Amino acid sequence: MIMEVKLNLISRERLEKMGTMEKLRMILDEVKSGKIVVLESGLTPEEEAKLIEMTMLEIDHENFVGIEVESYPHKSSGFLSKLLGKRGGRLMVIGPANRLKTIEKREDIIEALIRG
Amino acid sequence: MGLILRIRRGFSSLFRIFKRKNKLRIGIYGPPNAGKTTLANRILLDWVGDVMGPVSEIPHETRRARLREGVKIDVDGRTITIDIVDTPGLATKIDFHEFLRYGLSEEEAKRRAKEATEGVIEAIKWLDDLDGVILVMDSTEDPFTQVNITMVGNIEARKIPLIIAANKIDLPNASPARIKSAFPQHTVIPISALKGLNMDTFYRVLAEKFG
Repeated sequence: MIMEVKLNLISRERLEKMGTMEKLRMILDEVKSGKIVVLESGLTPEEEAKLIEMTMLEIDHENFVGIEVESYPHKSSGFLSKLLGKRGGRLMVIGPANRLKTIEKREDIIEALIRG
Repeated sequence: MGLILRIRRGFSSLFRIFKRKNKLRIGIYGPPNAGKTTLANRILLDWVGDVMGPVSEIPHETRRARLREGVKIDVDGRTITIDIVDTPGLATKIDFHEFLRYGLSEEEAKRRAKEATEGVIEAIKWLDDLDGVILVMDSTEDPFTQVNITMVGNIEARKIPLIIAANKIDLPNASPARIKSAFPQHTVIPISALKGLNMDTFYRVLAEKFG
């Protein structure tokens, strides 16, 4: 039997138009419904921490036990980017902890498994 | 990040520089079972003759942050006084089934899982009130975990001084070098909090970095 896995690939342009809470709510809603969310430009460290906080609040110990996040280490941005508040975020994949599993993560390669 | 938040962060960093001479509040962070409480206990045992709290092989043994104020550390004639915050283990998922493997009843496991989720939130909130962070990593495990990446990113964004304690070097498969190569921009000190290995170096770096 073929198991389907839904992926939502969110572009950098779309992410830049969204506020932090809007982004995090969208991610959690999608992940809780079993989808894998791929963010072209990832989240800021602060947004990642907020996402973990929100995830902890929503764990119900029955259907939703948390998230698995795949991202590369953050790279420090240049002076001009910092001044302008621009960031060159890196790809991030977020999924339900019971479907997405990290196999190996290195500085520039992530190997992961998605269960159907 | 908004401009106002960036300005606030800038002033906070500046304020920390002036504040650090009187009172230093250092948080011990890391994933579950990295040895955070073991390290807190080691520091207190070495300098106060006391311990912070119990340790266990069951993950999320520490589910509330513990604070010990006024710990004096003397290194090479230099004294620093720190408050130590031992935080609950950070995680992106908490499944009560994992605790059943350690012989806990379902009720106990669910209660532990619920308290652990609250502990993660508390640990993240503490980040706003710290002058320095000791991030404990298990040197027998892959350092590129999401918790480590998120923590390092947040500490860098807040401009808080950081020491990475590459713990459990007493174990045969430990590789602190792997942690050093994963986070080359940060100070990594190989230690065994349990056996007290390399703690002199750890205290010297602690005094230099946070003093």
